[in-house]
Order: sequence, then structure tokens, then C-alpha cells
Amino acid sequence: MTVSALRLAPFLLAAALAATGCQPASDGTPPADAGTGPAGATRISGAGASFVYPLMSRWSADYNAATGHQVNYQSIGSSGGIAQVKQGTVDFGSSDKPLSAAELAEAGLGQFPSAIGGVVPVVNLQGLAPGELRLTGPLLADIFLGKVRAWDDPALVALNPGVALPASPISVVHRSDGSGTSFNFTNYLSKVSADWKAQVGEGTSVAWPLGVGGKGNEGVASYVQQIDGSIGYVELAYALQNAMPYASMQNADGRFVEPGAESFAAAARTADWTSASEFDLVITNAPGPDAWPIAATNFILVPKAADPARTRATLDFFRWAFASGTEQASELHYVPLPPELVAQVEAYWASGFGYE
Amino acid sequence: MNAIPASAALQAAPAAPPRPGRDRRDARADRWFRRVLAATVAVVLLALASAALSMLWGGREALQSQGLGFFLSADWNPVENRYGALAPIAGTLATAFVAMALAVPLSFGIAVFLTEVAPRWVRGPVGSAIELLAAIPSIIYGMWGLFVLVPVMTAHVTPWLNAHLGTLPGVGLLFRGPPLGIGVLTAGLVLAIMVVPFITAVMREVFLTVPARLKESAHALGATRWEVCRDVVLPYTRSAVIGGIFLGLGRALGETMAVAFVVGNSVRLTPSLLEPGTTIAALIANDFGEATQTYRSALLLLGFVLFAVTFVVLALARLMLARLARREGA
Amino acid sequence: MNGLAPGTLLWRRQLTNALALAASCLAAVIGLALLAWILWTLVSKGLAGLDWTLFTRDTPPPMAEGGLRNALYGSAVMCGLAILVGAPLGVAAGTWLAEYGGQRRIAIVVRFVNDILLSAPSIVLGLFVYTLLVMHGGGRFSAYAGALALAFIVLPVVLRTTDERLRLVPAQMREAALSLGVPQWKVVVQVLYRSASAGIVTGILLALARISGETAPLLFTAFGNLYWNSDLARPMASVPVVMYQFAGSPYANWQALAWAGALVLAAFVLLTSLVARALLPRRGLIHD
Repeated sequence: MTVSALRLAPFLLAAALAATGCQPASDGTPPADAGTGPAGATRISGAGASFVYPLMSRWSADYNAATGHQVNYQSIGSSGGIAQVKQGTVDFGSSDKPLSAAELAEAGLGQFPSAIGGVVPVVNLQGLAPGELRLTGPLLADIFLGKVRAWDDPALVALNPGVALPASPISVVHRSDGSGTSFNFTNYLSKVSADWKAQVGEGTSVAWPLGVGGKGNEGVASYVQQIDGSIGYVELAYALQNAMPYASMQNADGRFVEPGAESFAAAARTADWTSASEFDLVITNAPGPDAWPIAATNFILVPKAADPARTRATLDFFRWAFASGTEQASELHYVPLPPELVAQVEAYWASGFGYE
Repeated sequence: MNAIPASAALQAAPAAPPRPGRDRRDARADRWFRRVLAATVAVVLLALASAALSMLWGGREALQSQGLGFFLSADWNPVENRYGALAPIAGTLATAFVAMALAVPLSFGIAVFLTEVAPRWVRGPVGSAIELLAAIPSIIYGMWGLFVLVPVMTAHVTPWLNAHLGTLPGVGLLFRGPPLGIGVLTAGLVLAIMVVPFITAVMREVFLTVPARLKESAHALGATRWEVCRDVVLPYTRSAVIGGIFLGLGRALGETMAVAFVVGNSVRLTPSLLEPGTTIAALIANDFGEATQTYRSALLLLGFVLFAVTFVVLALARLMLARLARREGA
Repeated sequence: MNGLAPGTLLWRRQLTNALALAASCLAAVIGLALLAWILWTLVSKGLAGLDWTLFTRDTPPPMAEGGLRNALYGSAVMCGLAILVGAPLGVAAGTWLAEYGGQRRIAIVVRFVNDILLSAPSIVLGLFVYTLLVMHGGGRFSAYAGALALAFIVLPVVLRTTDERLRLVPAQMREAALSLGVPQWKVVVQVLYRSASAGIVTGILLALARISGETAPLLFTAFGNLYWNSDLARPMASVPVVMYQFAGSPYANWQALAWAGALVLAAFVLLTSLVARALLPRRGLIHD
């Protein structure tokens, strides 16, 4: 008797769960429709850059609270976002490496910026305050090339006279997945170091000479947190949220700047968006006395030939983000798009997607 | 049809007049029952065949463009569409080798303990406790490895290895590396802990199949317990023990989550165990989400390679286990 | 040591014996110590993040408070669906092997194929379902795909257990029923299943314990979802995938949730395994 009951129990439980799961959206529309959730709320999914994940998840939560619509964003790296949106498994992709107009046309995608942030070197050294460590582009390249191997290397000591640097080896942490953050980082290193350009080059995935690979900005931050004497590169939000000391960098004008919304905005100001076709623009090593040298823009990719209701839901979300999400962006130390750029983006939506 | 002749004969005994309708219905029901069951078996065969073939089919593009260089070159550059998979293949073999080198002696010791040494009242609880290790999901091993084992390795083990073994000629190459706790060695260690319960379970079971008379004869001749183990039990169960080891190896080769956290995810070929590396499973887990076209084809081909390797290892394992079963007269 | 003169053969043999047995004790102690260490880490870190909100709130964005409600639900649904699909297939195929396959050539091949499927790397099964459903099915990530990938893991476990358990049923029972004129299919369903039911349920429970901890097959099939989702045709969160994501992040609250999830998962798996083994009348050959 007990055994028969036990035999039936898993099946009954599974059947019950499957039955609850199989119910269509409670407003009665068939599931094949544009992902409507409870009471007419839309549900869209996006994937891509971990660079903006803190901002995206915040926007998503606030958007859900304000309108009830759900935007499910998964942080899988820029290359992942590009791949998944090309395959149509998600409604929008997110990448910190802009696609060229030719690539966009081939894949049938539209591209527009969402927010601007900055890639910062983070270190794990005892007693170091954020911004206290000073680095230059060529020195950073040498560290990631394996030429500078210890923290008390003369080049580092010369640059940081007031800082007590230990004699321990430097452990390098980079990205293991295809990353727009990596792209911007290596793009900058290629601009400032001929050695780096010759040996490694730029890209979302490069042949790193040494170091461990973390998955996503989260993985890099996690490893740097765990490994003493390590250095990695992450978006500023990750460094701040986890209280990790970051380095100041010397910019193109020769001044040492700390990362932050102001220095990112200074870098973004010099960008000429109007001349970039499909917003294909990289803003590393920007000129200007206050500019952060490794500023980066995050781009959203939306398929042009997708279900119009889904496209509308996606663009609705970003319109809301540009209008009502600027505070959250600033709180998280991202730079919201300046009004002229927002206007340009909305004009792009109108012409490219026929949106509003 | 398939009714046992004996029962048909019994049925033919004139106890009651035959009822043709019911017999035909029963025969038909039996036929359909058998067909349905055979269909499910076909599903199983189909599932495996399609899993293997779909990966091979998906990987043909990479094979065509890279040729043999896929297996022999260590140049893995997705951006420039060059896929030399020697690094993940070597990493898989290295972590599995380290895992087996550590797990086999440990498992053997535990199996001997459970069958020969421990008093009867200890055997049950300890055996169950070791089997508990097998039940823990592998991702928990990965998390434990990252948060608990890596700091220990970084602080104590890696510097010691670097200093004492890294300086030796020849074999020192294996132990020279950055003072990171993340790398091939740590991954191998985590895998070893994961694999120990499987090998122990197989070893314990086969040790128990040794006929008592063989062991008692040896004891009667004055052999010590260890000598009985070494000279009676082991030779008798040799194939099955090797089979069990191969089972553990198959498991270690295919493990993803336990390794992904601690192996370092660096697609680079190095001789040192202390350097970060990658395995096929970890590489696929990391990169598949972003792979398109040739890149994805390369990963699918790697998946096929992994599948094929575990296939061969498991085939050998079953062969060895079957040899013991035959000897036992099972 | 028996007062023997050191250096004699007997003394050396007894020394070897003592050392070997001491080594095996050491091995057992190491094994138990490792288990204790892992369990201690699991319990101490897991309990720190464990409270009722784990079950009542969904996965939060970084730095915010939340729980694992959507992940627990997703895991329950996908595991349940996987059992629903995989277990009947496994039982049916196992029955065929035990009753009609016997020791024939084809049965040996099927058993071998099943063993391969049983020990195949689970990420390979996830890839297969991805190419089947997500890529070609014109599909999107969905809980269906995740459940199917898990079903491929359930199938061989249940098949093997059913096969073994049915073969253990004494032939007399089979023949007695047949001699009463009971058709073959009724013999199987009403007599054999009933007598082997404990073993078959054990197999199903062990399969459940195994799939609840599987991460790799779900990575490319069910993907993940920040929100509560009960629609099976859309991405769905699951506990192991959420653990993978959260544990690999630098955020303290996410890491705490990952450990709490690990504790809940491990407790579920261990409980299920214990119940499964308790159901068995005698210790059987249940591997994996």
C-alpha cells in the first residue's frame, strides 16, 4: 500500500507541477503570441554584455515595478549577446563592441547605444585606497604582456613613489569569454603600446599571454577579490559595488585621472556620434584633460525583421530607460546618454524600425 | 507467439474448453505490449545515436576547415577563425590524470579499510558516508573548490610546490608556476575528491565477491591480512578494479561544473600543473553561448571528441567488469 | 611485535602488514575528513544565508535582497517534467530488456548503449538538445528544452534499475502467473511490477536526486530568468544555474544566496537518496 502510494507520488507531483506550468498566460492569449505575461504585461528577453549588467538589472527591476513589464536580461558576454540575437533566441542583444554597418546589414540588426561606462584596472593589494595606484597605458600593457611581473618592479615604483608596493608577483586576471569589455581594453592597449598591438592585438577574444580567465565581469571581479596581488579589468560599477581598489590612469593628455562618471562623460563628450553610421564608434583613448582613457559605450542590437510586438516592447523599454532611467545610471556611475544622442537614437528608431 | 511452451501445454490440458475470443485478444494485447516496449528501446538507441551524430555533423565544418590541425595545433583564436584544440584536449587529459593519480590510491585504501580492516559495526556507516560524497552535486564541489580549496592552495600548497619541486630538473617543469591556487592541479584535486566514491564503491563491491574459501585458505597458510589483499583479492578482482578505475576516469573526463570554477579558463598549452588551463567541458560551458558558425562547429566537434573518448573509456571499463562477472560465474 | 627479532622475514611481513593497514585507515580518515570539510563548509556558509525569504522572494539584482523562489520553482518543474518523460520510457525499455531481451545480442548492445548514455558527460546532452530544440526548432530557450535535456539523464538511470530489479524477480513468480493463463503483459504489469516496485521507485528517486543537481545541461537549454516564470515555453531559472551565476560573481549577497541554494539542494539530494536506499529491501547494485 505504502509502496503503491510512493510509486504514484512522484508521477502525481510531476503531473501537478507540469499542469501548473502548462497554463497559458492568465489573460487567455495563446502562448505563441508576443510573450505576454500576466494581465497584458509583456515579457521580453535580452542577453549580452556583463559590462552593463548592474545597470540593466536595475533598469529591469524599476521598469517592472513601474509598468509590470518584464525584461529578462542575462549576462553572457558581448559575443554571447551578438550570437544569440543573430540566432533569434533573444529579443535584443547587448555588446560593448559595435558591429560595423556591413555586419549589421548582413545580420538584419539595428544598433544603438544604451549607456556609457568605463573599464578600470582593479587590483588586490593590501592597504591600497581606490585611485591611489597610478598606471600608464604602456605599463598596463607590459603587465598584461608579462613583461612586468612583480609589484615592486622599478617601473611601477617610479610611478608610485608614495605607495608601499610589496615584492610579490603580479597575478593577471582576464576574461575567458568573448567580451566587449575585453575589446575596449585591448583596443586601448593597442593604441598606446606598439608591443601589445604587435603581439596580441585587439578583439573580444585574444590570445592572452598569461593569466587566468574569469567568466564575465563578475568572474574577473570574483577572481581579483580572491587572489592576493592580482590585477584585472572590470567596469567601474563592479569595482565600486565590491569595494575593490582601482587604479588611476594617465590619459592621452598626460594627466592622471580617476575613473568616475565625470571622467567617463568627459571622454564621451569628444565623441562625434553624428558622423558614425549605425553608431559604430569606439571612444577609447579620448582626448581632453579630464577624459578617462578606457571609456566604452554599450550597444543594443535589435533584429529588424522580428515580431513587431516584441520589437515594440523592446524599444518601449529603452525609451523608458532613456527618459526615466538616468538617475539609476548615475547612481551606478554610468553616464546616461546625453539628450542630443537620445534624440539621434529615437530618430534612428523611427527610420530603422518604424517605431513611433 | 512468445508464450512459454510449458504454459501453452498446460493451457491445452482439457480442464476447460478453450475460449478463442479471449485467447486472440490476449495474444493481440501481448503483441502490442511487446511492440510498445520495443519502440521505447528504439528511442534509447536513437537518442544516443542522434546525440553522437548531431555533434559530429555539427562539427564537420570545423573539421573541414582545420583538418588534422584541429587536434594537433594549440592555436585557438576564435576571432581569426583558427581552432587548434590541443590545449583543451591536453587540459582534459591532464586534469583527469591528476585526478586518477590521487583518487586511485585513496579509493583503494578506503576499499581495503571497508572490507578488511574495519570492525563490522564501522563498515556500514563509513561506507554510507563515503557514498554521501557521490550524491553531492558537482557544482557544490566547484563552489567549495573556489571558496575553500583555492585559498589553501594559494597560501600553502603552490608556494611549497614551487619552491621544493619546481627546482628539480625535468619534473620541475610540472611544478613551476604563479602562486595562484587556480589551475590544472586544483581542478585535478577537486575531480579526485569527486571520483573517489565511485571507484571506492566498485572496488568494495568486487572485493566482497572474492570467495571466502580463497581468503580463508590463505589465512590458514599464515598470510597476513595485507598479503591476502595483495596476493589473493587483487589478482582475483584485477579486471574489475581496472574497470572501476576506468569508470571513474570516464566521470573525471566529462565533468564540467566542478572544474569550471577552478581550472582558470585559459586556452593555452603549458607543461606546468600550476598554471591555469582549460578542459573540453569547461571550454564548451564557457564559450558555447557566444559561438556562431565555425566557432560553434569547433565546439561541437570538441563535444564529439569528449563523447568519443568517454565512450572508449567506458567500453573498456565494461569489458573489464564483464570479465570478472564471467569468472565469477554470474 | 610478538617479541620477534627484527629483520627476520616474519617481522618484515608483519611490519608491512601493519603499515599497509595503517595506510588504509589513513585513507579512510582522509576520505571522511574531506567529506566532513565539504559538509561543514556547505552547512556553515549555507545556514548564514538561509531564511524564509529564500522561498518567498525571487532572485534579486546584485546588492539587493531576495531569495530563490523562481529558481526553486523552475528546478521543481523541470525535474518533474523530466521524470514524467524519462521515467516511463526508462521503465518500458527496461522491461523489454528484462522480459524479452534476456541475454540476446541486441539486449547486450542496448545495455551497453544505455551505459554510455548513463555516463556521458551531461554537457554533451545539453548541446544535443540545444541543436535539436533551440537551434533548429526555430526555438528560443525554454523550460521544455531544459526538461528534455534532463530527461536524457533520467532515462538511462531508470532503465538500468528497472532492468536489474525485474531480472531479480524469481522465475517461479513469472511461471506461476503464466501457468494460470495470465497473458504476458498482465504478468508484467500486475505481478512483476508490483514485486519490483520498490526497486523501480528507488531508481526513479535516484534519477531525481541526480538531475536536481545538474547544471551543464540547463545552461544552453533553459538559459535563465530573473523573474518568476511559469510559462514552459520561455527561459526558466533553476537552482544549479543560479548557483553557477551567483557563485561566480563578486557580490556578497549573491554568494550568500548561492550557498543557501547549495545547502537546500544538497539536503534535497541527500534526503532523496536516503529515502531511495531505505526503500530497497537489500543492498543492490545501484551505481551512480
